[in-house]
Amino acid sequence: MAQKLVVIGAGMASGRMLEHLFEEAPGAYDVTLFNAEPRGNYNRIMLSPVLSGEKTYEEIVTHDAAWYDANHVTCRFGERVTGIDRAAKVVLGENGPVSYDKLVIATGSNPFIIPLPGHQLSGVVAYRDLEDTNAMIAAANAGGRAVVIGGGLLGLEAAAGLQMRGMDVTVVHIMGHLMERQLDPSAGYLLQKALEARGIKVMCKADSQEILGEDGRVKALLLKDGTELPCDILVMAVGIRPNTLLGKEAGLATGRGIHVDDAMVTSDADILSLGECVEHNGQIFGLVAPLYDQAKIAAKTLIGEAAIYVPREVSTKLKVTGCDLFSAGDFAEAEGREDIVFRDPGRGVYKRLVLEGDKLVGAVIYGDTTDGNWFFGLIKDGTDISEMRDTLIFGPNFQGGASSDPLAAVAALPPEAEICGCNGVCKGQIVAAIQAGATTLDAVKAETKASASCGTCANLVEQVMALTLGDVFERPTVQPMCKCTDHSHEDVRLLIKSKELKSMPAVMQELGWKTPDGCHSCRPALNYYLLADWPLEYKDDRQARFVNERNHANIQKDGTYSVVPRIWGGVTTAAELRAIADAADKYDVPMLKFTGGQRIDLLGVKKEDLPAMWADLNDAGLVSGHAYTKGLRTVKTCVGTEFCRFGTQDSTGLGIRLEKHLWGSWTPHKLKLAVTGCPRNCAEATCKDIGIVCVDSGYQIHVGGAAGMEVKETQLLTTVATEDEVMEIVSAFTQLYRENARYLHRIYKWLDKVGLEWTREQVVDDLENRRALAERFEISQSVYRTDPWAEHAKPSERAKWGPIADLTIAEAAE
Amino acid sequence: MSWIDIGALDDIPSQGARVVKTAQGCVAVFRTVDDQVFALDDRCPHKGGPLSEGIVHGHSVTCPLHNWVFDMSSGEAQGADDGMVRTYPAKIEGGRVLLDAAKLTAPRAA
Repeated sequence: MAQKLVVIGAGMASGRMLEHLFEEAPGAYDVTLFNAEPRGNYNRIMLSPVLSGEKTYEEIVTHDAAWYDANHVTCRFGERVTGIDRAAKVVLGENGPVSYDKLVIATGSNPFIIPLPGHQLSGVVAYRDLEDTNAMIAAANAGGRAVVIGGGLLGLEAAAGLQMRGMDVTVVHIMGHLMERQLDPSAGYLLQKALEARGIKVMCKADSQEILGEDGRVKALLLKDGTELPCDILVMAVGIRPNTLLGKEAGLATGRGIHVDDAMVTSDADILSLGECVEHNGQIFGLVAPLYDQAKIAAKTLIGEAAIYVPREVSTKLKVTGCDLFSAGDFAEAEGREDIVFRDPGRGVYKRLVLEGDKLVGAVIYGDTTDGNWFFGLIKDGTDISEMRDTLIFGPNFQGGASSDPLAAVAALPPEAEICGCNGVCKGQIVAAIQAGATTLDAVKAETKASASCGTCANLVEQVMALTLGDVFERPTVQPMCKCTDHSHEDVRLLIKSKELKSMPAVMQELGWKTPDGCHSCRPALNYYLLADWPLEYKDDRQARFVNERNHANIQKDGTYSVVPRIWGGVTTAAELRAIADAADKYDVPMLKFTGGQRIDLLGVKKEDLPAMWADLNDAGLVSGHAYTKGLRTVKTCVGTEFCRFGTQDSTGLGIRLEKHLWGSWTPHKLKLAVTGCPRNCAEATCKDIGIVCVDSGYQIHVGGAAGMEVKETQLLTTVATEDEVMEIVSAFTQLYRENARYLHRIYKWLDKVGLEWTREQVVDDLENRRALAERFEISQSVYRTDPWAEHAKPSERAKWGPIADLTIAEAAE
Repeated sequence: MSWIDIGALDDIPSQGARVVKTAQGCVAVFRTVDDQVFALDDRCPHKGGPLSEGIVHGHSVTCPLHNWVFDMSSGEAQGADDGMVRTYPAKIEGGRVLLDAAKLTAPRAA
């Protein structure tokens, strides 16, 4: 006599379980199958191809009516289960009860809906079942715009599907890069690039605030930064939650999911559960492979065989045509792990392997996933890889020892990519010149003018020559930026511009970085290059900054900080001095000292006191003096015509005007100015990076001085008649320095390379170029001419400056 | 081991660190780009620099005072420098950062 088995939920897990059951013990059970959806088991994973139009629903049906019929399954599809009476062993369906000997709960999961205002509007859908898919297809057929919230697996598949059906799609993702659970930032960057190339817009670090509607229908998504994204459909794909409701109401033990043991049995011996609704040893499930394993175990348990479920490693592949990515294994929570990274910028390939001892524990691959399953096998089997460690990353077919190609980034440049910015020469012209017989750098220079002006791009031109001529060309060796790359600073700067690289992962991927996230030497440099070249697009990365710039104060040898408020042009007031004195008293400042730049240094301030001290100084109108930056420091002045009997111009006024114009700007190294009222030079302008010497007829602009490890006297750039001309030329010169110099080179070092004459052509002779440079400086200043102290002194930010935890308090209380 | 919850992973910036005060001194808790956590004495053996203020790259940190680089899993100075920083067991569970309490409160060898 067959036992009665009731199964709630006709998804992929229970479907696979029934297959095993009917195969191994046909006739052992009379099965009743409930499903809330009005259909049987279909391959939910393949909804993405259905959405994109690459498959039809009929093609993804796993069990059709004939299959259920042949196995004598009583199907109660489209009927909800309202409860379980465990005492009577009865399942209560909407259309009547069914009694059971064994019950299997396979209710799966529910999509998580962020409770944003407006989430109940029509046109807001999740992406979970055929109904959702059909709703999206209907919306796509009407055309228009779609917004997808969620840059995970599901969200991206939804976005790609809608885009393939002709919609204009924007993905909004709260994290810093796509699929952050499976991918690291580098692979996330490549994925974003591939999606954007297909026409999908991607916004990371985008926080949703409200869904706007009109007549009950979704109209747009409003982000917290005020951006409004108009849309005709809004898909929320931010994750799933185990659907535990029935189990919980029936009194079964539940946590995040319905608790099951190794045999897939719940806290009730006659009730099993499997799939996305369960929790096993604290783990919940969202991918299909472990679900199929559970199905096997549940079937065995039902026919009375002992079986133990062992969770296994899972791998992920994104089902978006043209985006080839693979991720497997574990990247979290363990010490003693090492990375092997391989990048091939030319082919857009990124591979990262995570090793623990002699074993491979994780892999992220983008672009060429042919070896993915081989790596996955090594992870699953725990293979000892010590023998093949050196060549592991090249995959199973590797023979010999190739290394990454330092020329790959240049090889990948299209012919129209600009190599020489001064003379507007692109790669194609250089290649053509070489092919026409120019085989030396000088010949290329003569033929095309590439690298004939400032010379910064000479090394890139040589790389193009090496690529075009092959081994015949012997290239002088260059000093790489650091051990993470073979490229020099100059190359990296130029490639950031010509390849329009706008993020740290973009640079590291496209230029073939050899480490996952750079080092203390290249990260600060890259951060500077990116913010200087893309002031509006790139967001300053605090974690790539040296401590002083990160904490907006100078660290001292004992770990305390020094605080220097800005004293515009060295002119202060009694009220400002009082505020500084009060701050010194209030925070027990051990030393107050005048700096060489006409300001006051409060030394010995504790880190946790910084924000409060800044707030107090802000209240008195004082802002950061940026005494800690590779940026504008001070503009030193003398008193000029206002008091001095020798003064020829208002040097104090001009100094203040310059400081108010330049403050907050980041430069390759520190930037110190002075304005002195007459050639007696009391303000010592001729040993500053930029020094203005006032004369009777106007203003001499001097550049390239320094008084540090090396003492350099300035050179005269030009003489002008008006203050306005001083302002424009200083702006333009500073911008030229910002755009071209290598990180940590002061102006004199940069001038040694490019020559004073070249800069004079750019900012004095060429009026149009001067204006353009000054304009670009102003664009950058629209972002950076601001007080960082005020931002960090906000009450919401202050806790971040103290310890995360204080265990001395807990210990004292014990 | 007895684990102490010292805060949320999100309270530590990626590629950054926060400090935990203990009776024996400060411990720096680092978060790497691949979201792993490491705990080390917040004191460089060279001149006492606060490692928590260093630049974090891969599983290494560079001391902010004189650029000594330490492997955070072993605590060992890299390259030509010779020195050792004490490390503490640390892990992430459900988005929380846990340190081994026993190790934290044990007196340190001189």
